[in-house]
Amino acid sequence: MAMTGVLRPGHAQIRVLDLEESVKWYTDVMGLMPMGRDAQGRAYFKTRSERDHNSVVLRQADEAGIDFFAFKVLDDATLADLERKLQAHGVATERIPAGELMETGERVRFKIPTGHTIELYAQKTAVGNTTGCFDPEVDVIDGPGLRPIRMDHCLLYGGDIDGNVKLFTEVLGFSMVERVKLEDGQTDLAVWLTCSAKAHDIAFVRHAEDGKLHHLSFQMPSWESVLRAADIMSINRVSIDIGPTRHGITQGTTIYFFDPSGNRLETFCGGYDHYPDMQHITWSWEHVGRGIFYHDRKLNDAFLSVVT
Amino acid sequence: MQKFDICIENTGEHYACADSRSVLEGMEALGKKGIPVGCRQGGCGVCKVQVLEGRFVRRVMSRAHVSAEEESEGCVLSCRIYPSSDLRVNVIGAMKKNVCRPAAASLSPNP
Repeated sequence: MAMTGVLRPGHAQIRVLDLEESVKWYTDVMGLMPMGRDAQGRAYFKTRSERDHNSVVLRQADEAGIDFFAFKVLDDATLADLERKLQAHGVATERIPAGELMETGERVRFKIPTGHTIELYAQKTAVGNTTGCFDPEVDVIDGPGLRPIRMDHCLLYGGDIDGNVKLFTEVLGFSMVERVKLEDGQTDLAVWLTCSAKAHDIAFVRHAEDGKLHHLSFQMPSWESVLRAADIMSINRVSIDIGPTRHGITQGTTIYFFDPSGNRLETFCGGYDHYPDMQHITWSWEHVGRGIFYHDRKLNDAFLSVVT
Repeated sequence: MQKFDICIENTGEHYACADSRSVLEGMEALGKKGIPVGCRQGGCGVCKVQVLEGRFVRRVMSRAHVSAEEESEGCVLSCRIYPSSDLRVNVIGAMKKNVCRPAAASLSPNP
């Protein structure tokens, strides 16, 4: 598959209630690599395997949630092209200067119909992973913290998810991978979209309030590593929402848990490859419980009500 | 470590909670019910209570769910308070569960 256009999720800026406590937690428990702080006091992280400078940015605030979620695009020409296409679609865009976010080039920022702020960018300093690009060793999983492979995707909650689908598929080149229908069999409760060959790069759930974060997800290398993550979470008294279990949707194995400010995170493994020629999968309202949590086969209250 | 009696006024439920545990964590650990459980980290707001009587130590919690005015009236997120005396609390928070259902009903041509 020739990947052009929007490549992958790049960075997420998360609001935390106590920065120092969170920096320690994202370092020691999540096992992310601290990558420095900027003049605004924001703290930057990446996973060991990620090659670009940062993927998770923490900002101290008096309420939890997500400030913005960003995708890396192929190059500067692609960025300019997508900016024009967004404007032609009636979306107001804003250019954030290079360097406003550490080691990151110009970003094109815009709001999507569910009220979330999304960014596109083409440049972020490639600092490399821990094993390098020449004759690398394998990066062993042993070591402190969960140590995910990468910041993988997010699930956002808001009202007009239909508008989001239109924007992401018609303007940004995403494909629909899976969807859940409400009782009427027509309206989408939720949609999973990809810009690559992953089972999801971003997902949306219809919700009464705009701009909400359901979870930010990190990919793990194996089901065993998801179980190991659960042990590490209990050792560190991490608040676990549900799991370890499996999603019917995407077929990924999962744990939902919360950071020290109540932002839900996920460690997941698995899923399947999706190519743009494939028919998307549809779930009916009757089977949504099995779709979300394959083993429990029921929707828990928290899935549809606990967000930041 | 000291233990204190927590009374949930709405339900009459009582339980003993160590001062090292949040009021919410103390409830969950003993399989007790009454306060809705969300993120347990001060972010989501579903475990909001009003403390009617008693003293506690509080940690930081989201202003999106407890305003300064509410806080002055004893409203807190129970996942962020640690008892330093017996406490009587009134549950305010709620799981706004199935938020999609009213939307589904209003959108559905054949309810």
